[in-house]
Amino acid sequence: MKDILQQLEDRRDEARLGGGQRRIDAQHAKGKLTARERVELLLDEGSFEEFDMFMAHRCTEFGMQADRPAGDGVVTGWGTVNGRMVYVFSQDFTVFGGSLSETHAQKICKIMDMAVQNGAPVIGINDSGGARIQEGVASLAGYAEVFQRNIMASGVVPQISLIMGPCAGGAVYSPAMTDFIFMVKDTSYMFVTGPDVVKTVTNEIVTAEELGGAGTHTKKSSVADGAYENDVEALAETRRLIDFLPLSNRDRAPVRPFFDDVARLEESLDTLIPDNPNQPYDMKELIGKIADEGDFFEIQKNFAANIITGFIRIEGQTVGVVANQPMVLAGCLDIDSSRKAARFVRFCDAFEIPILTLVDVPGFLPGTGQEYGGVIKHGAKLLFAFGEATVPKVTVITRKAYGGAYDVMSSKHLRGDFNYAWPTAEIAVMGAKGAVEILYRSELADREKIASRTADYEDRFANPFVAAEKGFIDEVIQPRSTRKRVARAFASLRSKKQTNPWKKHDNIPL
Amino acid sequence: MFKKILIANRGEIACRVIKSARKMGIATVAVYSDADRNALHVKMADEAVHIGPAPANQSYIVIDRIMEAVRQTGAEAVHPGYGFLSENRKFAAALEAEGVVFIGPPSGAIEAMGDKITSKKIAQEAGVSTVPGYMGIIEDAEDAVKISQQVGYPVMIKASAGGGGKGMRIAWNDAEAREGFQSSKNEAAASFGDDRIFIEKFVTQPRHIEIQVLADTHGNTVYLHERECSIQRRNQKVIEEAPSPFLDAETRRAMGEQACALARAVGYASAGTVEFIVDGARNFYFLEMNTRLQVEHPVTELITGIDIVEQMIRVAAGKPLPFKQLDLKINGWAMESRLYAEDPYRGFLPSIGRLTRYRPPVEGETIGGGIVRNDTGVYEGGEISMYYDPMIAKLCTWAPTRDAAIEEMRLALDTFEVEGIGHNLPFVGAVMDHPRFVSGDISTAFIAEEYPDGFLGATLVPVLTRRIAAATAAMNRVAEIRRTRISGTLGNHERLVGDDWVVTLQGSEYTTRIDADREGSTVGFADGGALRVTSDWVPGQPLARLMVDGVPLVLKVGKIPSGFRIRARGADLKVHVRTPRQAELAKLMPEKLPPDTSRFLLCPMPGLIVNIAVNEGQEVQEGQALATVEAMKMENILRAERKGVVKKVSAKAGSSLKVDDIIMEFE
Repeated sequence: MKDILQQLEDRRDEARLGGGQRRIDAQHAKGKLTARERVELLLDEGSFEEFDMFMAHRCTEFGMQADRPAGDGVVTGWGTVNGRMVYVFSQDFTVFGGSLSETHAQKICKIMDMAVQNGAPVIGINDSGGARIQEGVASLAGYAEVFQRNIMASGVVPQISLIMGPCAGGAVYSPAMTDFIFMVKDTSYMFVTGPDVVKTVTNEIVTAEELGGAGTHTKKSSVADGAYENDVEALAETRRLIDFLPLSNRDRAPVRPFFDDVARLEESLDTLIPDNPNQPYDMKELIGKIADEGDFFEIQKNFAANIITGFIRIEGQTVGVVANQPMVLAGCLDIDSSRKAARFVRFCDAFEIPILTLVDVPGFLPGTGQEYGGVIKHGAKLLFAFGEATVPKVTVITRKAYGGAYDVMSSKHLRGDFNYAWPTAEIAVMGAKGAVEILYRSELADREKIASRTADYEDRFANPFVAAEKGFIDEVIQPRSTRKRVARAFASLRSKKQTNPWKKHDNIPL
Repeated sequence: MFKKILIANRGEIACRVIKSARKMGIATVAVYSDADRNALHVKMADEAVHIGPAPANQSYIVIDRIMEAVRQTGAEAVHPGYGFLSENRKFAAALEAEGVVFIGPPSGAIEAMGDKITSKKIAQEAGVSTVPGYMGIIEDAEDAVKISQQVGYPVMIKASAGGGGKGMRIAWNDAEAREGFQSSKNEAAASFGDDRIFIEKFVTQPRHIEIQVLADTHGNTVYLHERECSIQRRNQKVIEEAPSPFLDAETRRAMGEQACALARAVGYASAGTVEFIVDGARNFYFLEMNTRLQVEHPVTELITGIDIVEQMIRVAAGKPLPFKQLDLKINGWAMESRLYAEDPYRGFLPSIGRLTRYRPPVEGETIGGGIVRNDTGVYEGGEISMYYDPMIAKLCTWAPTRDAAIEEMRLALDTFEVEGIGHNLPFVGAVMDHPRFVSGDISTAFIAEEYPDGFLGATLVPVLTRRIAAATAAMNRVAEIRRTRISGTLGNHERLVGDDWVVTLQGSEYTTRIDADREGSTVGFADGGALRVTSDWVPGQPLARLMVDGVPLVLKVGKIPSGFRIRARGADLKVHVRTPRQAELAKLMPEKLPPDTSRFLLCPMPGLIVNIAVNEGQEVQEGQALATVEAMKMENILRAERKGVVKKVSAKAGSSLKVDDIIMEFE
């Protein structure tokens, strides 16, 4: 009897070694952790429950039947993050280079199905050379099975991808359909076709890092939502992100004890808006001063920085923040910022996370670059996303809210629940100078007259009161009391219920 | 007594004067430029008058503007503060002409002490010890050599009109004297339009020690003992204290009496400061007399209990001093740290911008029995502008002894929260822990000698890092437990927070075990030792006040992945707190060196590129101008640090750059 029990332990020990000590050492030498070490750091200590530890591939081509390691290159199971359940798969680069076989895919599919059924997030740790070539089309089928599950799980449970090694070819499309992608600097890359193929086809010479490293995807392509220095940091920060997210669309955003004053007044916000309307200021200061404990988890920090997206907590509960950033491109909307914010808003709406929108927007960025790039359709994405969202929506206009961009930024007309403005707000069809040039075209030659017309326009329209008179602004609030007012607004919306008309799905301008 | 006075100044000193005036029941008038519309001194004053655009030469130092404000408000007297018009004889005269009282010395005294050569002559005649040297005008280089030989090497060759180190040379022999004379003369002519030169003995191991004097119009003159201001960076005082750790009673009395003699000789009435240079053998020599309130006057107030501003106002109103020399005792020790908006990690470049957080320590009596005083002119949400002196505050502490005053200062600095701009808090914090400073063995060369390569952040002693390790281990446990209290956990399968934590900071690793109870935590170390930590800190608080084994410790706390950013005692630390397993795996992570920036020309401050002086592919020599960046209305020329070839120019004229943005790359 003892022998049989011991046999299990022996088999487990063997499975835990994956591709063997030599390959583990090689993995470490590259500055990477092993698949199991990553799972260990991601989950609460001792909480991991593994599935399919002994599953092996069924391939018999190319002499593969001689080498059937337990687990087949991926570690799957569930565990807890600060006591909340999550499902995880972690590709093992030490086993066949982490390549995806039919059984490897089946293991991933199994935990994804369970995650959807039981309502818990899926975290995928990617470190794989790609398809298992020996298996041919069976491997491709495996990818597609995973893709289909990514699609079905989208909007049901949060899906997070960590890219901690290579992720190339068809493999990229699974992370691409998850909610968030995080990469590790210097040791991960993602691309559809690698540098060799690029060189053959286009004669472009490019390194893997330049083509698909963390820098490329967080700054240029926006494929990734963030990048970290190393595996340990990436996993610690993923735990932090999970603390912000609901477990599924059947749950509410999590709440945890907070050590901050709900009614905290910030007198310094009274001077946040500079005297000169063309001088920028840092919107992140306002976010930090509204948030519990100043804690902000930013999403896509290095891409389209003219809009800020991320999570904060108010009264311990997660709130998604969308804010124009006057420090970058004057905070205007453009193709990139619209796409970035639209995706974020839809994530929040899908998972019942209330949305706080902070507005200082001079309008849409003009130019052929924008028009040729389709700013009309991309801008419409953000408009669409705000308009369809049924979660609690609180908006604060700090300064400019001009033109169509005013409408887009979670305005009253898009079913904003609370639309506040600071006394410094200017809600108008456009800035005074531009408006006067159109309204008084015949007087343009007379500088003095134009100056006085501009001053008149500013007096009349460069304030929040015209909008407040019409009920488009619910209340003009003191900057210092923003946290308190916003917190009370969200508190009052705790049991908000709003539904959109039945439809198969909408047709957002993609 | 006056009913209303005007303060012809801004910032902390205007606020300081307003406080004393208010205490005396006198109404106050502030003046302000465009840049100071929302300044603290404007808020504090009973009335405020706008006097013009931001640049001081169009507002604060325009006599007519101030006179207009005086007329408009009917102020009976004007306090000039320091700087601006405080030592301007014409201003004193203009006030006098309109029958308005100048709260300062008679204009004759200002004039007499205004010129270096004249003041030295007067001092000599009054029996004040002066630096041996030649007072007349020196004709030529040979004359300079002869005089230098008479005075005895080393000598200092100085421009008569000089200041700020310009037109100043040290010569150790004839050849250097000859050369130094010529270059000083040229520099003086170019800088001041006055090429008069004089030569004096160069004092070695010099300390800057000054005597505060107070005189009234009834013939009473007293000295309020000394201040030691040797901790200077490029002639700018950074840390001052009173009394000096160097003077004995005899020297103090001699310096005090000579200072009073000088004040009497020029008919002085008001507060003034006689500056001396003191050598290693306690020989002291007159430097100059400042005929105004001095920045560092609070340390004197703290050891004497006298409100110097109040006395200035009383004297100006014709009242006699209410004390005699014998009444003036030294009580305890006072320290002052000047907080500047200067980034110590970037060669002390001025840093401007918004104070997103500004929380000075609580003023008044401390739990340690000391006193904290903070003279400031800013507030949270206010702006440090490019137009004026970058001083944020003067933080002073008092305690019965020097060591205790330093300890109070350490805690006060650690408690002082300033965010949004670069500032020298870490630097003064580091000096307060510097063994040489603590020993009192200082000279005006202290900073240049101890920080020859600039300031890179303090390295803490092991006793302190161990205390911080214990503190952060305990704090981390609190934060981790809070994380487990999130909603939606799996019932009966909650996460249990362990007791074993590995703390790494400043290259050291501490294996700790936490034994927590109701009151606090006992943090055990692998070597068998333990530290008791108690604190009311909760996650998210930016300031942690702790007691570690009964000794107070204050930490500025920020969040980093798996740990804290801790700032204390001039150090800026990444502290990681991990479970033993996490720590083990973290060791496998490669050490990532910061990117090699030596191949790049980085923008040293936020600013606008005015021009790029080189082209791609061009070879540049060491010292060659590469680009000009305009920041704070100043054009800064960036030069090549070494010979090289320009590979790529990334910025162009007109682009606005942030700190550390790449301007160009070298091959």
